[in-house]
Amino acid sequence: MLWETIKLALQAIFRNALRSFLTVLGIVIGVAAVIAMVTVGEGSTAQVTKDVAKLGTNLLMVRPGQPQQGPQTSGGTAAAFDMKDVEAIQAQVAGVRAAAPANTRTMTAILGNENHSTSVTGTDSSYLEARDMPVKLGRPFYESELRTGAAVCLLGQTVRRELFGSGNPLGQDLRLKTISCRVIGVIDEQGVSSFGTDQDDFVLLPIKAFQRRIAGNSDVSIIFVAVRDGVSTVKAKGEIERLMRERRRISAGEEDDFNVFDMKQIASVLTGITGVLTGLLSAVAAVSLLVGGIGIMNIMLVSVTERTREIGIRLAVGAQERQVLMQFLVEAIVLSLLGGLIGIMLGLALGALGANLLRVPFSPNPLIVLLAFGFSAMVGVVFGYFPARRAARLNPIDALRHQ
Amino acid sequence: MTPEVPPLMSLEAITKVYGTGDAEVRALDGVDLAIAEKEFVAIMGPSGSGKSTAMNVLGCLDAPSDGHYRFMGVDVGALSLDQRALLRRNYIGFVFQGYNLLARTSALENVELPLIYKGISAAERRAQAMEALAKVGLEGREHHDPSQLSGGQQQRVAIARAIVGRPAVIMADEPTGNLDTARSREIMELLTRFNRDDGMTIVMVTHEADMADYADRLVHFVDGRIDSDVTQQRAA
Ligand SMILES: Nc1ncnc2c1ncn2[C@@H]1O[C@H](COP(=O)(O)OP(=O)(O)OP(=O)(O)O)[C@@H](O)[C@H]1O
Ligand SMILES: [Mg+2]
Repeated sequence: MLWETIKLALQAIFRNALRSFLTVLGIVIGVAAVIAMVTVGEGSTAQVTKDVAKLGTNLLMVRPGQPQQGPQTSGGTAAAFDMKDVEAIQAQVAGVRAAAPANTRTMTAILGNENHSTSVTGTDSSYLEARDMPVKLGRPFYESELRTGAAVCLLGQTVRRELFGSGNPLGQDLRLKTISCRVIGVIDEQGVSSFGTDQDDFVLLPIKAFQRRIAGNSDVSIIFVAVRDGVSTVKAKGEIERLMRERRRISAGEEDDFNVFDMKQIASVLTGITGVLTGLLSAVAAVSLLVGGIGIMNIMLVSVTERTREIGIRLAVGAQERQVLMQFLVEAIVLSLLGGLIGIMLGLALGALGANLLRVPFSPNPLIVLLAFGFSAMVGVVFGYFPARRAARLNPIDALRHQ
Repeated sequence: MTPEVPPLMSLEAITKVYGTGDAEVRALDGVDLAIAEKEFVAIMGPSGSGKSTAMNVLGCLDAPSDGHYRFMGVDVGALSLDQRALLRRNYIGFVFQGYNLLARTSALENVELPLIYKGISAAERRAQAMEALAKVGLEGREHHDPSQLSGGQQQRVAIARAIVGRPAVIMADEPTGNLDTARSREIMELLTRFNRDDGMTIVMVTHEADMADYADRLVHFVDGRIDSDVTQQRAA
């Protein structure tokens, strides 16, 4: 009898193809929207978390200027650092893995007819260590090159691609304004940051070469300090502040004329932003689910008249309430399952596509898949089943006469 | 009708009241009617006189407000909805004025419908439905939808559906109400055949005296009461 009921339900589904299609569509839209949005939202969150980790959560940035000026502003009138400050931090602050100078300027790199505007940074080997930038091709700076300020450079992947295409950059000479430098290596791909900036668009020079040939002074504008794993950045920050106050001769009542920025602060800002993003996406998803649900409800209620007459006919020829209800229940379940499965597949496909476009990881959340499916299926079953139940309890003649 | 054989159906002081207060309508107002097996009864009367209401009570589609209705000796008033469904399933076939076929469903499937609820296997169902359709002259139209059939053909599908389960009674409420005279006569001849050859009891409401002539008993309703009840010579 169950098989018979399933067959009856399938017949009814195909007999009312349009109604069935619209019901399934409502479920598909609701389920697919929720899955796609939440998948993309969670992928973005995961990506940001990864980016933050890459940024180095144990990385401090020391810059001249008032602390309240924030991470993006330059030093202003405060005196710059010099290499002695970098060495002092490396030597005197406990738990420092690497302290690196960084002087950065935007310049045009020229190779033959090709030119590309990029950010040129003068630094040393500890920068690669502090920022976790392995050399992919070629070699890092030699100690002797750093000491003498030799005109050699390391390229980011973007600069390499822009200027050399698929050719070998090693040993070639690059022109930066008036100076010429020889390419000795290429840094591994860093990817795009959460802010959308290309982290592979740079040229690295020995700090001495930058100071002498580009800046024309011996200043160091930023010091990156990587703290060892397990060492508190707060403690390291305090020590650096104390050391720099001493070195810059700031007396007790005076304010710092430099600031130490903890990358963890960026992490918390980014996490906050993605939280908002996920919230928004979830809200949109919830609305789609609701719209899909209303669609299903509408179709089911509109068809009540016809269905009530159908139930009247079935009752007249001898169907019992239970048999009619089984048929309608199975029908609602089959439609919901069908819509749910298509919705899950479509949602995952859209989620994968979105994740791909946004370059974020694709990691669907089974709980959300279940939740979306459960809600839509419930709407389908409730609105398919309850009108039928009311009709099946009527006197057959009332069901037949239903207008 | 011999006294020792109990009637197939008997209405005893049946009333059916719709609405309450000022809107109250006494559709049936104390009806006594006994119908024996193998009778062909025609019910006539003015519009609103309670003919359909009586048919619905007789067919166990509706419950009376008062009085007793016995079908094969069973007090229908004491039965649940599901038990009445069983009575209809096993003993009663319906033909409605408006056909009441399932839309977008083939003639064959419409005729199979009562057999599904009788728990008959698919193959057997198909065979019996084909046979019923053949009996009403619809060979070759088994796979047509109601929308692809004329009114007369649709009514014949409905008759096939009514007789496919070999019921004891066919309840036909204005079966020819929507048909022209020639089509109506075909329907009446079918009903007559099922009555004569298969021994089915037939209760039929009609407005047309010509159609009532096919019956061997004519019951006349006025204002929810039986006005006259006469046995007559069949036309054909
Ligand atoms: N469901 C209902 N609700 C309220 N009143 C009803 C209902 N069904 C029938 N009636 C009333 O009961 C009375 C008898 O109706 P019934 O349908 O039995 O008449 P009828 O003899 O079949 O008429 P017709 O020849 O027009 O079909 C009418 O006055 C009708 O208005
Ligand atoms: Mg009527």
